[in-house]
Amino acid sequence: MSAPKTLYDKIWDAHVVSEDADGTCLLYIDRHLVHEVTSPQAFEGLRMTGRKVRCPEKTIAVPDHNVPTTEGRDKHIENEESRIQVEALDKNARDFGIHYYPVTDIRQGIVHIVGPEQGWTLPGMTVVCGDSHTATHGAFGALAHGIGTSEVEHVLATQTLIQKKSKNMKVEITGKLKPGVTAKDITLAVIGLTGTAGGTGHVIEYCGEAIRSLSMEGRMTVCNMAIEGGARAGLIAPDETTFNYVRGRAHAPKGAQFEAALSWWKTLFTDEGAVFDKVVTIRGEDIEPVVTWGTSPEDVLPISAVVPAPEDFTGGKVEAVRRSLDYMGLTPGQKLTDIAIDTVFIGSCTNGRIEDLRAAAKIVEGKKIKPGMRAMVVPGSGLVRHQAEEEGIAQIFIDAGFEWRLAGCSMCLAMNPDQLGEYERCASTSNRNFEGRQGYKGRTHLVSPEMAAAAALTGHLTDVREMI
Amino acid sequence: MKKFEKFTGIAAPMPLVNIDTDMIIPKGFLKTIKRTGLGVHAFDEMRYDRQGNEIPDFVLNKPQYRKTEILIAGDNFGCGSSREHAPWALADFGIKVIVSTSFADIFFNNSFKNGMLPIVLPAEQVELLMKDAERGENARMTVDLEAQEITTSDGQVITFEVDAFKKHCLLNGLDDIGLTLEKASAIDSFESQSAQARPWV
Repeated sequence: MSAPKTLYDKIWDAHVVSEDADGTCLLYIDRHLVHEVTSPQAFEGLRMTGRKVRCPEKTIAVPDHNVPTTEGRDKHIENEESRIQVEALDKNARDFGIHYYPVTDIRQGIVHIVGPEQGWTLPGMTVVCGDSHTATHGAFGALAHGIGTSEVEHVLATQTLIQKKSKNMKVEITGKLKPGVTAKDITLAVIGLTGTAGGTGHVIEYCGEAIRSLSMEGRMTVCNMAIEGGARAGLIAPDETTFNYVRGRAHAPKGAQFEAALSWWKTLFTDEGAVFDKVVTIRGEDIEPVVTWGTSPEDVLPISAVVPAPEDFTGGKVEAVRRSLDYMGLTPGQKLTDIAIDTVFIGSCTNGRIEDLRAAAKIVEGKKIKPGMRAMVVPGSGLVRHQAEEEGIAQIFIDAGFEWRLAGCSMCLAMNPDQLGEYERCASTSNRNFEGRQGYKGRTHLVSPEMAAAAALTGHLTDVREMI
Repeated sequence: MKKFEKFTGIAAPMPLVNIDTDMIIPKGFLKTIKRTGLGVHAFDEMRYDRQGNEIPDFVLNKPQYRKTEILIAGDNFGCGSSREHAPWALADFGIKVIVSTSFADIFFNNSFKNGMLPIVLPAEQVELLMKDAERGENARMTVDLEAQEITTSDGQVITFEVDAFKKHCLLNGLDDIGLTLEKASAIDSFESQSAQARPWV
């Protein structure tokens, strides 16, 4: 019998095209997702060298980062540079014959929401995209990670990547989550514990009862932020929840082929006795609704806590915290629930799926946002938006005073017109609280959709458990 | 790609930990469809005020560091986004080498693709180089990739590890795609086997 393997080992082994003596491998890529920001130089590279896209049928493109989320964007994009990038993707998709969802297509949305929704992402696959949040697709038990533009060009030309294998890391969340605690709180709590470099050089497998109990949407939220913990990718072994989600999707296999796929997918789990290089275990019951207070995703605390002081830290982090608190305009000892918020953003590849919108809508139903609050819901795809409208969720948000937008990355990274002004403070369901991320001098607090909704109502960071 | 050759250059200290890709190149500059010209925007929000004036305190604006070729940085340099605009901006500025205790994976890989060498060293050695870099333009370090050595301004030699394949590519200025296409037949046979084993892909 062969040595016990981790889930990562199994997917890796199934995709090695060749291996050099020093362990450098050529890894086959099953799905290549493409968006407008990190691809133009790659297509330009192909043109300059006269190369083609090797597997256009495995390459899927959608504009998401730059697109406005307001009506009329299908006619005209005001910002010239954004328009040029979107037009470049239109042209590249056409010229190279790859799958494409333009803004006029209801299936358009954030690339990491569109891929799973359309059944492009399947268990056991290798999935890459010129975007660090490609880790999202790991929720299906797919090995999925972000790549740079040179690698985008490499995958376009060869359908492979030059890779060395990462180490195995296990993150186990045992037991059950308490009410008001979500997948977002899990993933932030893990980063709070391990730090933004805690996963560097590793592929994380998330496991344990609390992970198993999550829906596919929740699992995608967890894996999405694996990169924020420094990991190359995050993975969750596929199970009935996964298979039920995949079954019937437009590009998922059908009939006998689905059954054949299913029998392989069912072998995709970590064998008993397989060895992990690093193990982190958290009790699900110990996780509280959390919020970030600083400018790194590792700056996480339970909502019941107070703003820390630089002296609470050691090494280079002391100066970083001093800088963060100054940037964020916070004082050590201040209660997190006393922090006033003027903007709420619900959306992104982390929390822009239907379940996220349902959860937030449940909090705001029948209520009004705080007067003067700018609150925005940006569905992750045109189909999520449509479904939310069908379910009456859109109306709940609109009645509460939220703006109901078209699909895109929006204020998660503020490349389109959805940005924070200087010193504006946002409760955001996105994934990064870096300086300037949501707008120059803008201040970001990362939270779950429920916590964002609660903050929109009260005007300050709020413990959602008081509302449920 | 240009070959990576032994050089002696100015090193700048950037001790801040977790310098992320949004700091290295803010998203406003990701709208380009070119690879070049981003150097003037490297570290934009740390380097310029809103009117576009240089912030004199920022290290790369100081007279002695304007021609920096080596960055000595705090832990976890390049964390965040996959944007290759980050290494493009640094390379365009003139940076050839970045030294830290750790780098984010994607940034690390992206650097090599652009002829830049990220070097991981233990904290004590990064500290030693940081001190040396603080001495300004008179403190020139020498980086020899062939020998895997950094020589400080006062002649101390620090050795470093580097992946053999990546070293080979940097030293010879090799294009990854060209190398991989030499293995086209292996890719072909993988694809035909895979079409049998996993026809749904």
